[in-house]
Amino acid sequence: MATRLSGVARAFGDRVVLDSIDLELRDGEFTALLGRSGSGKSTLLRALAGLDDEVTGTIEVTDSVAVAFQEPRLVPWKRLLANITLGLDAPVSKAKEALAEVGLTERAGAWPLTLSGGEAQRASLARALVREPELLLLDEPFSALDALTRITIHHLVLELWARHRPAVLLVTHDVDEALLLADRVLVLDEGRIAHDIPITTDRPRHREDPDLVALRTTLLAALGVSPEGRS
Amino acid sequence: MSVVELARPVEKARATPKAPRRRVTAWHRWLSPLALLVVWQLASATGLLPERLLAAPATIAATAVDLTQAGTLPTAVGVSLQRVLIGFAVGGTIGVLLAVVAGLSRAGENAVDPIMQMLRALPFFGLIPLFILWFGIGEEPKILLVALAVSFPLYLNTFSGIRGVDGKLAEVAKTLRLSRGRLIRHIVLPGALPQTLVGLRQALGVAWLALIVAEQVNATTGLGYMINDAREFLRTDVIVVGLLVYSALGLATDSLVRLLERRALAWRRGFLA
Repeated sequence: MATRLSGVARAFGDRVVLDSIDLELRDGEFTALLGRSGSGKSTLLRALAGLDDEVTGTIEVTDSVAVAFQEPRLVPWKRLLANITLGLDAPVSKAKEALAEVGLTERAGAWPLTLSGGEAQRASLARALVREPELLLLDEPFSALDALTRITIHHLVLELWARHRPAVLLVTHDVDEALLLADRVLVLDEGRIAHDIPITTDRPRHREDPDLVALRTTLLAALGVSPEGRS
Repeated sequence: MSVVELARPVEKARATPKAPRRRVTAWHRWLSPLALLVVWQLASATGLLPERLLAAPATIAATAVDLTQAGTLPTAVGVSLQRVLIGFAVGGTIGVLLAVVAGLSRAGENAVDPIMQMLRALPFFGLIPLFILWFGIGEEPKILLVALAVSFPLYLNTFSGIRGVDGKLAEVAKTLRLSRGRLIRHIVLPGALPQTLVGLRQALGVAWLALIVAEQVNATTGLGYMINDAREFLRTDVIVVGLLVYSALGLATDSLVRLLERRALAWRRGFLA
């Protein structure tokens, strides 16, 4: 089931963050949502995740949604495997498979607070994917990782997406990340979807690909930044 | 009852690694207490410190052995321990249950919290006369006084523990579609546990205090009775033995909770280590 939003709006007091969003997320499509900080990217994601009761408009969304947040948000008093199985109806073997997929089999018995940032974020992905969601929401899950770990996790996410084929909405402020990962890039500005740009370049993609370089300039301009700095 | 708001940094202090230098010189810390003991014994032996004021350490030790062999001390300890345990179980259960009711909803808070705050302001030792009128001079008033004293620190700490649970984890629970029951069991209660354990240690402290007071006022058995009875006969040695046993029991129960803490909060120790 595709995800459809029409006339979705949200204001915090007088400040209108989402004005009127009309959007369709197609099955199996990897969409990146870009926007300046404070543009309402996360607000939109939280609305889709069912975490915002005060959002107005129509949201048609499958019940099968999973979220990975910016901070991994593992439950600190549950060992890793118990975090994956939390609220899961499937057998434990599924959770173990999910941990294996993100390369954390050996850490199944570890306390979350002993994990590195990258490990915790991988665990958070495993916890989301083990539920076999039709829609996977990623709220800047890579922004707190160091550059090297981020590259590894980008590959991992693409791999997992190719295998499970959920629709993905990735909220990010990183243009390069969007260009490397997504089928489609949305730019949120002034509470509306200001740009909706497909990316057809084959994967694996390289930063230096001329199509992507051109797109980068376009997107940075849409975000109000020239490649050399603020315009 | 200002005890209740204190003691938060307890676990942190425990986590500081011991410096090796401290361990080498640890025996130095025994020097002054030992010296004091020697001075005390000498003062008693020379008659400087009369026995009707304070018995000599050697006499106290001998009395402790006698009381144990005669069975007086073990019986008294058994009675007192039973009072504390029953009172603690009753008061602890009530305190934690009320905290859960108040912690989980605004309505629950409005219903429970004002009453608890008002009761907390009562000087509970002042309730002893009422308790005697209501429950007589048997076991009930002593047990209930302990229960009352224990319920407040556990209530306050568990309540604030529940309210302190990270809202972000509640959001995770929502996205994982946890039922309310599972949310409470897997997120709320374990999240409140560190604070509840702080409350548990405070509660044990006041439990012994409440018992001592209750047993001083009216008792025909137990440690308090043994001490009171000894006063009639100017047996300062028996009084000191009783006091020492009280403090030993307090220390023992406290270390029991610390053991519990170490097991229950292992997830946090992993982080600190």
